[in-house]
Amino acid sequence: MREFVTSAVTVVTVYGNDFTTPEQQAAPDSAAPRPADDEPASFRALLEADDRVEPRDEMPEAYRKTLIRQIAQHAHSEIIGMQPEGNWISRAPSLRRKAILMAKVQDEAGHGLYLYAAAETLGVDRADLLDQLHSGRQKYSSIFNYPTLTWADVGAIGWLVDGAAIVNQVPLCRCSYGPYARAMVRVCKEESFHQRQGFEILHTLSHGSDAQKAMAQDAVNRYWWPSLMMFGPPDDDSPNSAQSMAWGIKRFSNDDLRQRFIDMTVPQAEALGLTLPDDAIAWNEERGHYDFTPVDFTELFEVIRGNGPCNEQRLSHRVRAHEEGAWVREAAAAYADKQAARKQTESVA
Amino acid sequence: MSPLENYLLALADDALISSQRLGWWISRAPQLEEDVAMANIGLDQLGQARALLTLVGETTGQSEDELAYLRDERDFRNVCLVEREQSDFAVAMTRLLIFSTWQHELYGALTSSSHPTLAAIAAKAVKETAYHADHAAHWVLRLGDGTDESHRRMQAALEAEWPWRDELFDNTFLNEPDLNVAPHDAQLMVDGTAVDPATLREPVERRLGAVLDQATLGVPEPRVVFSKGRDGRHTEVMGYLLSEMQHLHRSHQGDTW
Repeated sequence: MREFVTSAVTVVTVYGNDFTTPEQQAAPDSAAPRPADDEPASFRALLEADDRVEPRDEMPEAYRKTLIRQIAQHAHSEIIGMQPEGNWISRAPSLRRKAILMAKVQDEAGHGLYLYAAAETLGVDRADLLDQLHSGRQKYSSIFNYPTLTWADVGAIGWLVDGAAIVNQVPLCRCSYGPYARAMVRVCKEESFHQRQGFEILHTLSHGSDAQKAMAQDAVNRYWWPSLMMFGPPDDDSPNSAQSMAWGIKRFSNDDLRQRFIDMTVPQAEALGLTLPDDAIAWNEERGHYDFTPVDFTELFEVIRGNGPCNEQRLSHRVRAHEEGAWVREAAAAYADKQAARKQTESVA
Repeated sequence: MSPLENYLLALADDALISSQRLGWWISRAPQLEEDVAMANIGLDQLGQARALLTLVGETTGQSEDELAYLRDERDFRNVCLVEREQSDFAVAMTRLLIFSTWQHELYGALTSSSHPTLAAIAAKAVKETAYHADHAAHWVLRLGDGTDESHRRMQAALEAEWPWRDELFDNTFLNEPDLNVAPHDAQLMVDGTAVDPATLREPVERRLGAVLDQATLGVPEPRVVFSKGRDGRHTEVMGYLLSEMQHLHRSHQGDTW
């Protein structure tokens, strides 16, 4: 696992956001087409008119590749993201919570389906993208390399992780590539339901017994910094952002999105009666935003390098499911072939 | 426990435990569409269980969660078929085919139950289970008539699971020994509340036989297994299933979630 990650040259997309570890920035993919070399006039005109680029439209090769990588990694994040929450389906503490959680994880599988379908409009297929995930050539959001240790973690993921994902993803509903933008409209509607259910889990816990409240606070303490890292490094260290912004794939900078998330989350934490693990958080009248301690990205880069708590577990779970299902997929394909042959025989007869 | 509560608990526990097993597949299915489908079916079954447990609770005074989380293994009334381990996709689909075909026949008949709430639950469940049975039948066809390997695995799954279906048709748990009446003369059956499980055997087996035939699979030779889940005599795996399902709720008794 580790060697896959350190040898990877592709940038890392975190839930619809591109960024890299420092060594990856130092080693750009020399084989990748350079931006703007082959930009068709019709493509530039679409972007300038803020219209959507559709699969039939001409587009630069680098734009197409950037989108494939970003959409695929977003899709991978959805399906790997099924694991940390799926971890609590069998143990959910009430039948109502069990039903909501099953529906939520089912939604994530559904998001994976729409996103792989959106990527397929760019001329790749899902099986190849999955192979790239399984071999470590493509990544998924590092946030899912953290374990869900208690029930409250399910709440914290809904509230903070899905909350951060929404802030990242809402602008993608206006992304320049039509199929991705339309998939994101649907994804964002469901994500906002997920965020509310996460908030509600934590609200119930923080207004429950002392043990429940402690469980909720512990989960928020552990998920706060990784959630802020989901937006990527500061803008100065994020070399891919400028090109993505010029292409209308990305609309706001990492730092702007992170600030937006913090501004949204601080009052919600107060409503929950929980604290955020950063003493520097304070309203700054002049800026019109909350101040906070700058994020230490050392840990994020370690997780991206493969050294997070669950990197190996998440990928091996995914690979095992895929490998153990191979005979089933082969059977389905063989059956479909037989049926097609039978139909043909019937129509000839 | 009244005969009606006992009957409803049996149906509720079948759905609850089947759902608990299906939930394991989410993130482990052979393809993404199947993660969605298995979650969907598991959710439907969980919904059936919740409606039935709520109905039981109306007379026992317990909540759905008290019934699901605070009963011990010997008090669960599900058939052993649904509690058995199922980490093989062929086994999961065999089980789903048998169970949902049976549920579909059962709920179809219960739509005319004289018990209005039970009839309403059945009216919803009959639509859901029609889809579940159809979904499972399609997989059994693909696996039975797919590759040599899938045929072999599907037949092996069938051999293992087939005998456990017998308990679905067993009506002896509806005996009223004090009154010395045979199950089919039990009050629940006479007043039209319940459906005699024995009457479901013929239509269920006919449908299963048709699917197996089309899937080029052989109907296994009859074999007797010890399956007494309706009496609370479960297989050893049930204790582990319940430990996992119940531990968090039981660790914080009285708390709300």
